[in-house]
Amino acid sequence: MEYLLEALHVTKIFGTLKANDDVTLRVKPGEIHAFLGENGAGKSTLVKMIYGALQPTAGEFRWMGRTVSIASPAAARKLGIGMVFQHFSLFDALSVADNIALAMPGAFDMAKLSERIARVSKEYGLPLEPTAIVADLSVGERQRIEIVRCLLQEPKLLIMDEPTAVLTPQEAEQLFRTLARLAKEGCAVIYISHRLEEVKRLCTNATILRHGMVVANVDPTKETASSLARLMVGGDIHVVRAARTDGGGAVRLQLDRLNLDAGGPFSVALKNITLDVHAGEVVAIAGVAGNGQPEFFDAISGERRLAGAAMLVIDGKPMGHEGVNARRNIGAAFVPEERLGHGAVPAFRLSENIVLTRHSSDGALVRMGLMRKDGAGTVSERVIKAFDVRKGKPDPEARALSGGNLQKFVVGRELDRQPGVLVINQPTWGVDAGAAATIRQAIIDLARQGSAVLVISQDLDEIFEVADRIAVISRGQLSKAYPSSDLSAEKIGLLMAGEHEVQETRHAARA
Amino acid sequence: MRLVLEKRAERSQPMALLSPVIAIALTLVTGGIIFALRGLDPFHALFVYFIEPLTTSWSIEHLIVKATPLALIGAGLAVSYLANVWNIGAEGQLTAGAIFGAGVPVFFPEMQTPLTLILMLMLGVLGGMGFAAIPAFLKNRFSANEILTSLMLVYVVQLILDWLVRGPWRDPQGYNFPKTIGFSGWQTLPSFQILPPSIGPLYVNLGAIFAVLAAFALAFLMGRTLKGFELRVQGVAPRAGRFAGFSRAKTVWFCFLLSGGLAGLAGICEVMSTVGQLQPGISPGYGFTAIIVAFLGRLNPIGALVAAFALAISYLGGESAQVALGISDKTARVFQGMLLFYILACDSLILYRLKLIGPARLPVESRA
Repeated sequence: MEYLLEALHVTKIFGTLKANDDVTLRVKPGEIHAFLGENGAGKSTLVKMIYGALQPTAGEFRWMGRTVSIASPAAARKLGIGMVFQHFSLFDALSVADNIALAMPGAFDMAKLSERIARVSKEYGLPLEPTAIVADLSVGERQRIEIVRCLLQEPKLLIMDEPTAVLTPQEAEQLFRTLARLAKEGCAVIYISHRLEEVKRLCTNATILRHGMVVANVDPTKETASSLARLMVGGDIHVVRAARTDGGGAVRLQLDRLNLDAGGPFSVALKNITLDVHAGEVVAIAGVAGNGQPEFFDAISGERRLAGAAMLVIDGKPMGHEGVNARRNIGAAFVPEERLGHGAVPAFRLSENIVLTRHSSDGALVRMGLMRKDGAGTVSERVIKAFDVRKGKPDPEARALSGGNLQKFVVGRELDRQPGVLVINQPTWGVDAGAAATIRQAIIDLARQGSAVLVISQDLDEIFEVADRIAVISRGQLSKAYPSSDLSAEKIGLLMAGEHEVQETRHAARA
Repeated sequence: MRLVLEKRAERSQPMALLSPVIAIALTLVTGGIIFALRGLDPFHALFVYFIEPLTTSWSIEHLIVKATPLALIGAGLAVSYLANVWNIGAEGQLTAGAIFGAGVPVFFPEMQTPLTLILMLMLGVLGGMGFAAIPAFLKNRFSANEILTSLMLVYVVQLILDWLVRGPWRDPQGYNFPKTIGFSGWQTLPSFQILPPSIGPLYVNLGAIFAVLAAFALAFLMGRTLKGFELRVQGVAPRAGRFAGFSRAKTVWFCFLLSGGLAGLAGICEVMSTVGQLQPGISPGYGFTAIIVAFLGRLNPIGALVAAFALAISYLGGESAQVALGISDKTARVFQGMLLFYILACDSLILYRLKLIGPARLPVESRA
């Protein structure tokens, strides 16, 4: 048996979209095999088929040389395939052992299971306390539960979907040691990531996907990060030009001890956030997903109002009690993380989507409550031209655009207003490299013209590319903002792990 | 083997407009089969049901009378449903409107001025709005599902109506029949001759004119105004609506007050014309049938105006089929139900395609 898993000419079609097109690849026992590709390259579709969550439209899988149909995740687990998803499926109110027990097939002894959890988790360097309640654990510890849950079933193949996206650098280190050890014991690992340095360090084989097709199969240790990036992107990447400023301009956006209750059981409360953003500078908020970024964006945009007017000051005016349009009317602009359904209405034409954020501030679009279609069309054309938005027909529905083009449109719609304050969440999430460079450049240019720009991002490369100062958000608390030249990746990692958090709150939460 | 619905890449615009036509055709075919099974000649039965009611000017007037409340309510519901506000209780709001407006002749039977007419219509609208405000409030304050609350309130107000006409509001000279005094003069709707006498007499009452005005006003609202934009955004992308600074609570209020007000207007118009007094059973389910009207009219107020005629025929046909064929007038309900079923099925198949999935190639693995 030379190969553990083979995918032969696998194709998966959703409607008219070929998510995977004639994919052929082979995974050997004991290797850490990276699936590399940009967002939308087809990595997730491929692993979902391997894990039985999706069925291929054409092609076949071979497991240890034998053709198999993996009809369901249960069938995959029975074969010996385990998967750790990016989004955990854990019950917060239950203990670690309870959560693992729920996934175990057949009968078992709870005491023995707890003992096994403690032993296995320690053995692999992922220590877990079986009686701990999930709600009290950090994201990294929760991921360990998912991993241990797989390990208990003694898998031959473990699939990890972007595991480090939610981890601090220190937690990621520990994970790498565990994976290396698993591989040494003969367990193959499929490792999905778009972090090239990680892949170079950890993996011995990499399959690179672009537009659903396999474009290369390489040994990542013999490649450079930039050669891998070129394979992924399929062209050289435009480098952003950022002339740094001293940040000495007037304060245009001021957050003063901003507090906001968690909106629901799964959201994060914001605690005492204080930050000044000056004219001419880009300030970035770094942080691992799920630490209060959406709540932070809602609080600044006014989608959720604040308890105190002075918690948020725009150009000297206290705006905490005002809604999103009042904030826009004094020169602020906002770009949310989710393009479809938040930043734009998928079923509406681009010209109608122009009206979405500009109906209260732009007399050319709405007069006396009546929509002016020609006005919206003019603005739409201007944005499309300025940002080179590629589209199939003259005024298409927003959902017909690719992610990168729609993001350019949504960002362009706000920049076209020449806002004094721009707040932008995940500016280039899921966007191709060309569009990302355009957007980053536009952000920097806006700041250099005297606006204050606040970028919320989980992409450290992006942050270092655009930011003059960087603050880190962790569990709803914001660190002080450091000049980006003073910050090392290590320091950011420590801040992401919560170094700056006010400790009483954590003790209170545990009590 | 299993059937799955797979989302189509793009929804076909011509098919979306064709869907009501296909649904009507399927309804007729199924109806013909049902008639044949009853031992009737299906072609004759369908002719009696759907064509005969249109053959005289008298029956056209009758058709307009039936279509009026359906169009009034349907237009309001179309707007609500587009904004993702599910008012299912128009029948109750219709009843509440009728009760409110009828209060004027009940308490001031001698009042006979143009003001009586205006007051009754206004109270009708306010009654419908007031009653629709209850589910709107419950939705905004407690997140109570408006489908359930608005539907359940229908039965509440119908019982109130029953109690009123059997109790305090009963006509003292009415031989104990459950009804109020009959309305007359300014307590009823005026009628207008809308065709030149050379073509033929065709009278419609004020309600029909309201229905046409409402349809065009709401079409303008949805198509051309910022308010309409706001409602449409909230219907398809609530999060984007919030980002645009539109208030969901206000939209819930707006839609319920609008559709409730129109249902109330329909209710008071009914008791001021066809019924002529307040009694139990003032409506043969117009408020519910209007839901079908809204969908058949593609959630477009003008479309609802057209669809109202299609549904009105089913009421008229039911009546004439009862006389000519000796079958129950409840057949009308059957046709309406089939029509809603087919229109929803057609709409689903425009968005999704039906796919048969074969059995797994290796059943051994799938059993795990």
